[in-house]
Amino acid sequence: MEKAIETMSSPRSAGKAEPRKATLARTGNEAMAEAMRQINPDVCAAYPITPATEIVQIFANFVNDGLVKTEFITVESEHSAMSACIGSASSGARTMTATSSQGLALMYEMLYIAAGYRLPIVMAEVNRALSSPINIHCDHSDTMGGRDSGWIQIFSENAQEAYDNLIQAVRIAEHPDVLLPAWASTDGFIISHGMENFELYPDDAVRQFIGEYKPAFTLLDNRKPFTLGAADLQDFYFEHRRSAYEGMRAAKKVILEIGREFGDKFGTAYGFFEGVHLDDAEVVMVALGSTAGTGRVAVENLRQRGIKAGLLKLRVFRPFPAEELVQALAHVPAIAIMDRSDSFNAQAGPLATEIKAALYDAGQYPKIINYIYGLGGRDIHFRELEQILEQTLKAGKPNDLNSRVVYWGVRE
Amino acid sequence: MDKMIEIRWHGRGGQGAKTAALLLGEAAIRTGKYVQAFPEYGPERMGAPVQSFDRISDKPITLHCSVTNPEVVVVLDASLMECVDVTAGLSEEGVLLVNTSRSPDEIRQRLNWQGQKLYTVDASAIAMDTIKKNVPNTPMMGALLKATNLMDFESMLEDTKHKMEKKFKDRPGIVEGNMAAIRRAYEEVKI
Repeated sequence: MEKAIETMSSPRSAGKAEPRKATLARTGNEAMAEAMRQINPDVCAAYPITPATEIVQIFANFVNDGLVKTEFITVESEHSAMSACIGSASSGARTMTATSSQGLALMYEMLYIAAGYRLPIVMAEVNRALSSPINIHCDHSDTMGGRDSGWIQIFSENAQEAYDNLIQAVRIAEHPDVLLPAWASTDGFIISHGMENFELYPDDAVRQFIGEYKPAFTLLDNRKPFTLGAADLQDFYFEHRRSAYEGMRAAKKVILEIGREFGDKFGTAYGFFEGVHLDDAEVVMVALGSTAGTGRVAVENLRQRGIKAGLLKLRVFRPFPAEELVQALAHVPAIAIMDRSDSFNAQAGPLATEIKAALYDAGQYPKIINYIYGLGGRDIHFRELEQILEQTLKAGKPNDLNSRVVYWGVRE
Repeated sequence: MDKMIEIRWHGRGGQGAKTAALLLGEAAIRTGKYVQAFPEYGPERMGAPVQSFDRISDKPITLHCSVTNPEVVVVLDASLMECVDVTAGLSEEGVLLVNTSRSPDEIRQRLNWQGQKLYTVDASAIAMDTIKKNVPNTPMMGALLKATNLMDFESMLEDTKHKMEKKFKDRPGIVEGNMAAIRRAYEEVKI
């Protein structure tokens, strides 16, 4: 277990030399906009979309009020927003954007190009269902759609984590061993529009943490000319794609280093995931985003009734921390994997598919039930999460599709 | 406060149910509490029934599901009682506060809710007197603090004044009107 613990966060752990923080009331969107203000990117190109609109709107006010030196580019679509970001990042500018749902979908073509060019663009993303039918509420269909695009993907439980993750994303993306774009996401409306206690770190402490961006290559540096965006056919395309994979593998080490450094500086260390009562758990729920917060309450309630329940909150989805996850789950006989999106592969949601593959490689075959839940923002109550954990504990080993994948709360 | 308190606000679009939840939440954070404040997002239209929520606790709050069993329900518009089940999930130990000129007994009969802690206040009339506009949300915050023991009344008043002064920099009359409204509702609430 030692190594597994090393890869986990120590929630609200006491760090060394914490700078003075201000306790404020902020929504997830306001928190992400504050992070962008403190990051003070050279360029931001963005297009508004519910529920991420406020991030850009608040940031545009910061630009207007002279609180940042950012060149703000208004564009006519998200495809153009990401295209402008790619141009800007290619010229060596620290570049950010924000979007959600259909906006992310419209960027799809450019997401792969940003990753292929190895550009450390950072995005504030707000998870929202994809059309159709049209729906503005939370699920993870949008970001799961980008899971093979080469972007680093970090999920946030609450407004504080959204802020903390966005700040760390800058360091992770820009690390010379990584050089990949990254997004930090929150759950639409649940977090983006919910106001909570929020600790704002001092501007200079954040600026010191992220440091100055010194790109190794920029198109504007005529002493080091290079080609970007050329045709790359059978001869070298494969090697270039493989190099992006190397960046993603290297990101695993970098994410842990930066998560620890963040803890030393600001008081909360971050890992790939966080465990709650994992050590002696007989049933564990694996969840992403805000559901993990609700899951904490469900787990505590079950513990009070003598049921050995646990929670694994996955923070980093790309790169996928397969080895560390299977180690943390090695002793757990029953697992409920919570997917807030469907992959339509007709066998499991995206999170379950990844975890099952990792367990197979490790030779671990626990009882797993995959729950597809909360699509289009349907509420998931802590009592339901208690039921899910109890049901997973009691169930026999699933032997067909209907017992392996449960569409929780759907009307049949 | 041993237990987390959940509050549900019922209003109509434009009456400030969301603003009230946020102002109350911010004031509670200033007094050292942990808070969540959030509206229910649906099709937002002037006059349509809307809800908003607060969770207030001495400990960090990690729940991110809907509020189904509030300890406190605040009704900003009495006509909502005709079309919305305002006491849904509210136990008879809970607190119900209604903006109406009627007495608590009349409301108790009409809703068939047997709890003892039923309060009424004519927040609309107070708002018309003090703010010169039917915006019952801020006076209802005053009444709420009389009906519950959520936080110190003067601290809430001070924090809300501070927030409004920022928002209405050029219209100090609005701030004074709201402060008077909150204080009057605090004093006039009936049980």
